[in-house]
Amino acid sequence: MEINAFLKNFADILDDTDAALITQETVFRDLDEWNSLTALSLIAMADEEYDVKLTGDDIKSSNSLNDIFEIIKNKG
Amino acid sequence: MAAFSVNGVAVKGIACSVPKNKELNVDLNILTQEEIQKFIEATGVEERRIAPKDLCTSDLCCEAANKLITDLHWQKNEIEILVFVSQTADYILPVSAAILQDRLGLSTDCIAFDVPLGCSGYVYGISIIAGMMKASGLKKGLLLAGDTSSKLLSKTDKSTVPLFGDAGSATAFELDENAESLQFDLGTDGSGYKTIMINDGGARNRINSDSLIYQTISPGIERNACQLILDGMDVFGFGISQAPKTVNKLIEKFEIDKDNINHFVFHQANLMMNKMIAKKLKLPAEKVPYSLKEFGNTSSATIPLTIVTQLKDNLGNTSQSLILCGFGVGLSWGTAKVSLDDVVISDLIEI
Repeated sequence: MEINAFLKNFADILDDTDAALITQETVFRDLDEWNSLTALSLIAMADEEYDVKLTGDDIKSSNSLNDIFEIIKNKG
Repeated sequence: MAAFSVNGVAVKGIACSVPKNKELNVDLNILTQEEIQKFIEATGVEERRIAPKDLCTSDLCCEAANKLITDLHWQKNEIEILVFVSQTADYILPVSAAILQDRLGLSTDCIAFDVPLGCSGYVYGISIIAGMMKASGLKKGLLLAGDTSSKLLSKTDKSTVPLFGDAGSATAFELDENAESLQFDLGTDGSGYKTIMINDGGARNRINSDSLIYQTISPGIERNACQLILDGMDVFGFGISQAPKTVNKLIEKFEIDKDNINHFVFHQANLMMNKMIAKKLKLPAEKVPYSLKEFGNTSSATIPLTIVTQLKDNLGNTSQSLILCGFGVGLSWGTAKVSLDDVVISDLIEI
């Protein structure tokens, strides 16, 4: 699993956010577009792309996209 | 592995009823217009039917049952089992099925009990009634399933209000040695019991003076301890992984050819979740009907409501095979293959 591919997958679930804003350090919760529905898209992406089941707690306990990346990597 | 089949029991008819009272999600003031548009796009829910205070699930199911009995030309005294699947029974006790036995004018020889399951309840209910009829030789049975979930919600909880609607259903079963076997895969994962729950009011946490105090959980989510909690993220993760698994288990166990299935009717949870489930199972879009847009998530009534509102014109005077799949609160899930042979589908009742 590779971080750049993960960041691209994450950028793809957003509609109105510049992909340049999506980096390892991005605090996803602070993105204007982040809401409970984007969280569902993230869970769907983890399932589809990595066959990993992200829980609500996984997302709530994460800050940066790198945190999510590490969780998916460890569960995969 | 709870996969099994029941021979010799046929589904004879299905009827549904909904409240006349319609609520539009665009009219909600707990969400901004932008949030509403995004919500509708993701969940597919535009309208919901909401029961007024004096209309309960048992009332909706009673009307559906009466209409179905009339449309089938059944005699009420022939019905020997009544199962009421609901999480919004009239009282804590007695069971609503007993009240319904009397209201419907069924024989006192009739077996009647409640099953308090939600989203998986319709499939569980079919397995219970068919299994009991087959084992005991009862000739005719009624499965009543539905919920008035709106009564369980906080009006200031944006995570639940826009999703749930109210509906009731009645499904008729008859012993019939020529009936194709009903096939089931049922399962449970109680480790997720907190995902969808109401904390207070049962025996574990008796209702007390704190139960009705509203708490702010997060912006836009205020509720008290007697109202429904829905952890959307965990439900979503559960749905997209478990629903395809149980459908595949049924297909493998009974060597079902997917091409021979006319319709796959899923519990109507939310459009994004349901589309993902259909995609993972590689189902053609035209075989997967939805009633979410007009009715939202109506708990154990979603499957019969989707059949009645979306497939009625398809099902008359034909023989069709359906796979039904319910999943949710418990966590609990069930999939069934059901053959509908010349089945009576009553017109939707609005009360």
